[in-house]
Amino acid sequence: MKFADTLQFASGSLRGSPTRTLLMMLAMSIGVAAVVVLTALGEGARRYVIDQFSSLGTNLVIVLPGHTETAGIGPGMMSGQTPRDITLDDAQALLRSRAIMRIAPLTIGSAAISRGALNREVVVAGSSADMLGIRHMSMAVGSFLPAGDLHDSSSVCVLGNAIKRELFGNEHAVGQSVRLGDRRFRVIGVLAPQGESMGMRTDDLVIIPVAAAHQLFNTSSLFRVLIEAKHRDAIGQAMRDAEAILLERHGGERDVTVITQDAVLQTFDRILGALTMAVGGIAAISLAVAGVLIMNVMLIAVAQRVKEIGLLKALGAPGKQIRHLFFAEAVLLSGIGSLLGLVLGYAGSMIIGQIYPTLPVSPPWWAVLAATFTALGTGVLFSVWPARRAARLDPVAALAGK
Amino acid sequence: MIELQNVCRTFIVGDQEVAALRNIDLSFGAGEYISIMGPSGSGKSTMLNMLGLLDRPSSGTYLLDGGNVTDLDDEQLARVRREKIGFVFQSFHLVPRLTAAQNVELPMILAGIPADERKQRVQVLMRNYGLSDRADHKPDQLSGGQRQRVAIARATVMNPSVLLADEPTGNLDRNTGWEVLKLLEGLLEQGITLVVVTHDAEIGARAQRRIHMLDGRIVSDESIQNDSK
Repeated sequence: MKFADTLQFASGSLRGSPTRTLLMMLAMSIGVAAVVVLTALGEGARRYVIDQFSSLGTNLVIVLPGHTETAGIGPGMMSGQTPRDITLDDAQALLRSRAIMRIAPLTIGSAAISRGALNREVVVAGSSADMLGIRHMSMAVGSFLPAGDLHDSSSVCVLGNAIKRELFGNEHAVGQSVRLGDRRFRVIGVLAPQGESMGMRTDDLVIIPVAAAHQLFNTSSLFRVLIEAKHRDAIGQAMRDAEAILLERHGGERDVTVITQDAVLQTFDRILGALTMAVGGIAAISLAVAGVLIMNVMLIAVAQRVKEIGLLKALGAPGKQIRHLFFAEAVLLSGIGSLLGLVLGYAGSMIIGQIYPTLPVSPPWWAVLAATFTALGTGVLFSVWPARRAARLDPVAALAGK
Repeated sequence: MIELQNVCRTFIVGDQEVAALRNIDLSFGAGEYISIMGPSGSGKSTMLNMLGLLDRPSSGTYLLDGGNVTDLDDEQLARVRREKIGFVFQSFHLVPRLTAAQNVELPMILAGIPADERKQRVQVLMRNYGLSDRADHKPDQLSGGQRQRVAIARATVMNPSVLLADEPTGNLDRNTGWEVLKLLEGLLEQGITLVVVTHDAEIGARAQRRIHMLDGRIVSDESIQNDSK
């Protein structure tokens, strides 16, 4: 019997009982669609989190004052109780490491900003020129803080996009001046609108040179030092170097904490990856259920078609051919079913993508492949037994309908 | 061309052995017209299944066209059935979802014959059997006589050397039955060996060679030389 004829005969028997066939395909396609949609959601959540983190900067190592024995954010760190501050010179010293490409010191405070009669409270960040590159920010107009000596406390500022609009409206801001606390600052640039990244709105930020911030807030300590490692593999070295340099400068006292954004990111990545797998696995169970359903219906089909099988044998079909016919039915069923499921799944993912545009919903290729092959696999696997049963029927008894 | 040598067939029913065929010795030549008669339970159906290779002897030898078919495996048996044997059943056994033409085509599909040759042979046969205008009808749209004619077309489409008919007129009224029988007898002219199993003496008497069975044994085997047709 030719392959094409086998397929045609099998599809003929499927069309012979359309309700049964449709129901089985529906079961199969719902299973596949569930896997596709759920993994697309999980993957979307994972990518959302990764995107958020990488908008913070890549290859980022962060030094914060204070040290707790266990890693993570402890109460000591939050209250800033630390025997020794991180100073600008400490930050500068970090550049001695070969693994570190650039650094940006960070001091955070709040101050009143005013221009003419307009005035409001803003978060002021004192930093340096490299902040722009490390934090992946971009300028709308003008320039960022000038490069040069960290101790230079020139009175220039860069405004976040929202602040600029509130103070200047549609006017040009660059070149004009604003008052921060009791000092006048010249606006040299405006940040491009960036939205929120990990809880910090750069749109509502005013950035000034770190030395000017120290004068403004009357302090000499840094809130954070942001370090960008030369490349991904240098992150570990950068961490160790930063710890060693600060240990040496602080007289052997380990009073800073060095964390990597990568570690946090990887944790999220693992958690969400596992979540996606779990959800996909649960959906895959429905595929197995569909497989059992196919087996059940196939067994019924064998019982219903006993006479036909007997006839085929009498007409000269060997057991092998009968087995192939039932196999072909199962493969057609699960094949068309999973194809339908893929269409349904992608449609569902697109609809979810429309409803939640911020979530990058797209089914991962491995889940799509896994779903399709699981569907085909269960279809074939669960038809082995019915097909064998059909092939082994005694033709005499089968013709008599027994 | 067909030779059974000391063939026995026993079934196990419960813990008892029941002999359906006992020490059968029988041989047919090509083109013979044989009827097998006997009451139910006499073993005539088992005999037909044995001749059609649907059943295997418990002991003894079956020679078909000089070759021993007793020891063939499933695939080889299927091949012999496909190429040398045609079946006509009392209840027609047409596949309900296939049209008349598709039913006739079925053995050729199983044999792997190319589609255009199949179409051609089906067309010729349907015309010969007066079924051309019924080719696209499903079996449930056909009368009993038409169904049996489709079944005979299907049984002969592979040009078998033996045609085995099991009560071919059993489900038909008298007139249609005679027509179907005439059709089968017409095949004798093409050199086919026709074996008809029946319990109807009138039908059995039409054959040149009449075999009577009882309790799994051949009790009489008479050949009438002068044609009764």
